[in-house]
Formats: sequence, C-alpha cells, structure tokens
Amino acid sequence: MKVNDVILRTIVKGVVLIILTLGVYLFFSGHNAPGGGFIGGLVLGSAIVLLYITYDIETIQRKMPFDFKKVAALGVLLTTGTAIGSLYFNVPFLSQTDGYFQIPILGEKHLTTVTIFEAGVALTVIGTLVTIILSISEDD
Amino acid sequence: MNNIIVLPLIIPIMTAVILVFLRRDVVLQRIIALTTMIFVIGISILLLQFIQTDGILKIDFSGWLPPFGILFVADSFSILMVTTSSIVASICLIYAFSTIGNRHEDMFFYPLVLFLVAGVNGSFLTGDIFNLFVCFEVMLLASYVLIALGGEKIQLRESLKYVLINVVTSWIFLIALAFLYGTLKTLNMAHIAQRVAEVGQDPLITTVAILFLIVFSIKAGLLLFFWLPGSYTVPPTAVQALFAALLTKVGVYALIRTFTLMFPLNQEVTHTLIGIMAGLTIIAGCMGALSGKDVYTISTYNVIIGVGFILIGLAVNTEAGISGAIYYLIHDMVAKALLFLIIGTMVFLTGETVVKRMSGLIQYYPLFGWMYFIVLLALIGVPPFSGFVGKILIGQGTIEAGSFVLLAIGFASSIIVLYSLLRIFLASFFGETTVSEEDKKPIPKSAMLSFILLTLSIIYIGVGAESLSPYVQDAARTLMNPSIYIDAILGEGL
Amino acid sequence: MESLMVLLVGVLVSVGTYLILSRNIIRIILGTAVLSHAVHLLILTVGGLKTGDVPLLGHSSGPYTDALPQALILTAIVISFATTAFLLVLAYRMYKTNGTDDVSELRGMPDE
Repeated sequence: MKVNDVILRTIVKGVVLIILTLGVYLFFSGHNAPGGGFIGGLVLGSAIVLLYITYDIETIQRKMPFDFKKVAALGVLLTTGTAIGSLYFNVPFLSQTDGYFQIPILGEKHLTTVTIFEAGVALTVIGTLVTIILSISEDD
Repeated sequence: MNNIIVLPLIIPIMTAVILVFLRRDVVLQRIIALTTMIFVIGISILLLQFIQTDGILKIDFSGWLPPFGILFVADSFSILMVTTSSIVASICLIYAFSTIGNRHEDMFFYPLVLFLVAGVNGSFLTGDIFNLFVCFEVMLLASYVLIALGGEKIQLRESLKYVLINVVTSWIFLIALAFLYGTLKTLNMAHIAQRVAEVGQDPLITTVAILFLIVFSIKAGLLLFFWLPGSYTVPPTAVQALFAALLTKVGVYALIRTFTLMFPLNQEVTHTLIGIMAGLTIIAGCMGALSGKDVYTISTYNVIIGVGFILIGLAVNTEAGISGAIYYLIHDMVAKALLFLIIGTMVFLTGETVVKRMSGLIQYYPLFGWMYFIVLLALIGVPPFSGFVGKILIGQGTIEAGSFVLLAIGFASSIIVLYSLLRIFLASFFGETTVSEEDKKPIPKSAMLSFILLTLSIIYIGVGAESLSPYVQDAARTLMNPSIYIDAILGEGL
Repeated sequence: MESLMVLLVGVLVSVGTYLILSRNIIRIILGTAVLSHAVHLLILTVGGLKTGDVPLLGHSSGPYTDALPQALILTAIVISFATTAFLLVLAYRMYKTNGTDDVSELRGMPDE
C-alpha cells in the first residue's frame, strides 16, 4: 500500500530534533530538578520510535545500525559498573562523588558520578523501549 | 567495609549483561554462567563463616545510615538460603547444558537464569521491605520470560495467567507497603520491627500484616496455590526445577522473615491464620497428589505439600519449629530440584507424562532409578537423608506448642507423599519395559552429573546435619530474638 | 484533599478491576495499568499531602515535602513499565499464534 505521507515525513524531521533536545535537557536537568535518566531516556526513545513509525524499519536500521537489545545491555552494564566501582575505592556500594572541574570553553562545571549512572539508566530505557516496539511491529 | 554482601546480587546481573553480548557463542556463555555461579557459591560460604565470627553483617548503600537509606543484611538465615539457592541453581544450569537446546540458549536463556538468581539472592539479602518488592520483581520478570520462552501455545496461555496473577499480587504488595508507610512512616525492616514493638501491634498493623500474608502466600503457594500446578508444568525441565526449588521458597523466606521480625506481637491472629492455612495447604496438596495421573501433576502438588509443611514450623513459632523449618527449607530446595529434574528426564526418555504408560525404566537406567528412590526417601523423611532432621524438629516444635492437629496433618502428609511417589516408582521404573533395546535414549552425561551432585547434597544434608547445625541454630536464634537483628542494624543509627 | 484522592483511587481501582475481568486481552493489560496508577496515587496519599519545597539542602528554607513516596512511586512506575511492556509483547505473540485476542477461547488442552 502506498500512502502519501510527505507532510508526516517533513514534520517529523523537525519534530524529532525538538524531541531529542528536550530529552537531553530533561536528562541533564535531573540533578536537582524534575527530570533524570528514566524520563530523559523515555523521551529520547520515543523520538527513535517516531522515526521508525514514519520511515520503515529497514531505512532506519541502515542509518542507525544498533542492536537495541545491546544498547539496553550496555546501559545496565554502565549502571551496575558505576555502582560496583565504589567497591574499588573501598566505600559503600552505590556511593557517589562529585566535584567542580575547570573545563576549557565551558568554564567551571559541577560534575558527578551520578550522571554516568543516569546515562546507564537512559540507555537501558531507550534500548528496552525500542526493542519492545520493534518486536511487536517486526512483521505485518 | 562489608561490600562483599552485594556481590551475590550484582555479580550475576553484570555477568548476565555481558552474556547478552555473547549471544551466538553458546559454549562461552555456558562456561561464564557456571563460573559465575561457582564464584557466588564461594562468596556465600565465605559470608557464612564471617557471620559466625562477627555477627550480623550489613552494608548501607551509598553510606546512608539506616533507617534513611536502603541496606543489605546478611544473617545466618539469609546466607544459608543464598548458598543453597546458588548451589541448586548451578546444578540446574549443568542439567540445562545438555538438555535445554540451542533454541533456548541463543534466546538469552543463561542471562535470564542469572537475572533470576540475582533477584532471588537480592530478596534473601535485603533489609528494606520496598527493596524486597523490587528484588521480587526482578526475579518475577526473569521468570515471566523463562516461562514464555519457546513460545508454544500452552506456554503462552499459562504464562499469561502466571503474569496476570503476579501483577495483581505485586499490586496488593504495593497496597500493603503504602499502608505500612502510612502507619509507621518507615520501610526499613529493623526499624519497622522497632516501631511495632514500641507502639504495639494495633489492629491496623495486624491488617497490614495480613495483607503481607496474602501476598507472600500467593508467591509461596500457601493455600493460594491455584496458579501453581498449571504454570510449573509448561516450561522446560531445567526451568521447572529452578522454579520449584527457588520461587516458592522465596515466598516462604519472606513469610518467615516478616512474621518473626516485623509482626510477631499479635500471634493469636497471624500465626493461627498461618497454621490453618498450612494445614489446609497440606490437605489440598495431598488431594492433588493423590488424584494426579501424570507425573507433572503429582510432583507439583508435592511442592505445595512441602510449602505447607515448612510453614507449620513458622505457625508454632518455637525455636525447634523454626530451626526445623530452616532445615526443611534447605532440604526441600535440593530435593524438589532433583525430583523435577528426574521427572523431566523420565518424560524425555519415554515421551509420556502419564504414570501408567511408562514402565521398566530401571532396567536400562539402574542408577537413575535408584536416585529417584533416594529422593523419595528424602522427601518422606527417612534417615539418613535430608528430610529427616527437619521433620523431627518441626514435629518437636508442634509438640512443644501443643498443636497436635498440625502434627497429625504434617506427618500424615508424609504417608501421602510416600504413596504418590512410590506409585510412580513402582509403575514407571519396575515392570516390563515399553521401550525396546534399540530405541532407548541415553541420559546425557551432564544431566547424570547434575543428578549425582544433587543426590550427594541430599545425603550430605542428612548425614552431615551435625556440621550444618551451628549455622541453623544461629539462624533460628536470630529469628526468635528479633532484638539481635534490630540492634545489629540500628545500633549505630539511632 | 485526602478524601478526594482516596475517592479517585477507589474509582481507578473499580475501573481497573472491571477492565481486568473482561475477555479482551488488551483491556486486561489496560486494566493492570490503571490498577498500578491507582496504587501509585495511594502511596502518594498515605505519605501525606502537604505543600512544601523540594527536600534539597540549601535550596529553600522549608517546609519540605516527604520525598520518599515519590521515590517509591518512581520505582513502582519503572517496574510496571517493564511488566506492561512484557505483557504487550506476550499478548501480541498470543494473538499471532492463536489468532484471537479473546482469552476465553484459550481454554482446553492442546490435545483435545
């Protein structure tokens, strides 16, 4: 079936960018405002799902050749890795640390290990979300 | 720093994730999975020794002192459970190597088993009741997928029922947690115990306790076991054995922990209720085991009888009863795993599930047949096998508490277990063989190895009960005196 | 406010129960989702509804709200997300194998 979806495709190109920006914003604002890895990951994942819906699976797979199961696994590995990293420094499991760093161009920034943990969460959510949608929509 | 306590949870999770990347390399997956499990067994045995010298160990995550943070607690009871479940899970893995088939192995079978083990170990180790819920869910999510893996029609149907029942149960769990938080404003188990002891167990708290009783009863298969026979028969044998050995026992563990530590004050209501439920469970389980015509039905109803019997020990709530329950819990995990593996292998060898249509297996597989006989003796409680000590101690507990009805039901159930299992033994192992010499299938070597390992464990638990007894006594002592646990957790916090 | 929330929880529970008892599998899954929302609201309500600031030191001078119920709810949401996702995949597979989304047609043994 051939559907004329020029409008959808054109709008999605712009909208996906906006959604991705929102996702990244939510992800980073999670430190001391509503947001964080889970909700950021959900928004980012929904952008990818939107791409899958608009274009077909093959096209997107060509442009983004990830196995999303592995993305999820990488996320869990990152999360548990940060959690277990505290064992190496002989502090309680899941301990976090933070500090102020001078970064060129950006100036002084507050960096914490929680962000790595949250990045793992975000990757897990993206991976799981897209895997589920793909496994439901694989055949037609 | 007691960071070692989290390893039984975190190591299986990390390995499981690494195995996802090695999806196609089945042999490597097997080696890594088994090595991990052996590592976990080693850690838990080490922890068991530490507890004997240093008392209860705990680790406050991220350094947040209780009751503000979540924590893992290792006392003798939880570590005994972790050790036994890890040993049983590794033996089930060995069985799976030769029987589960390629179709499961590259559909993430090993990662899922490791997630299941992580959830089970987490549930045993956690000292925070909301964390218990989370670990339960990790375990259940892995079990949902393991039941559905393979995707046959009957599997899909049973897994749908299983998932829905567990979703509703988890929902009741959350309601119970909400009310508990609303009344006591804390979720740390030791802190709950302390507050309940301070304000007394008023009717509202008892109601919450009964909500917990309902939740854990569904998970453990205590009285509310209607879902169990269906969903335990559909997955492959190795998964069945894992479920029979681990899943219901986590529910039993949670029941024992909840009602000895957190809600011990209103025993006329809660423990009487547990006693009635345990008695009814045994009676219903016996009826099921007697009426069953196929081996799966008989063995799943035997799981239910086992759960009822263990909880008699909790219902009487004496030191002998509790230590009997712990002994029997350890025995039941090992023996039920062996029973399910053997039953599954019988079905594999003959292609039949109905008892009457199998016969003469012992002519071709003598060792296999006699190992079935050993597990039968162990489940009835014949010395020197594993069930004996547990049965005697639970019996002693009922006599001390004067619950002669429970005593009678419990020991009458042994006869029913004997009858139902002996029926399989006589009908399926003796008599004319139905399979000709050419058609007989060999039992895979790794399956045989797993039977032998489990049989040795059964004999060890029975003969070496003396060497286990310091650990079990310490566990029972801690359970009977919640103040030991509370002091160990809150000693420095409050 | 609390009584209003409790009423809402009650309505959600009855809707969820009604949906879960129907025969269509998609309705059942929606029912579990509604039930989980109900219990999340319940956790929020029993934690105490009050106006206050985020419990971050140095962010404001209080009164602070209790952050724990929200943390519990977030965890519960993540878990129900995973469960619902699994249920959806399961329902889809079941529809593919059996050609029906009516659970009452799944009765009976395969050899009957």
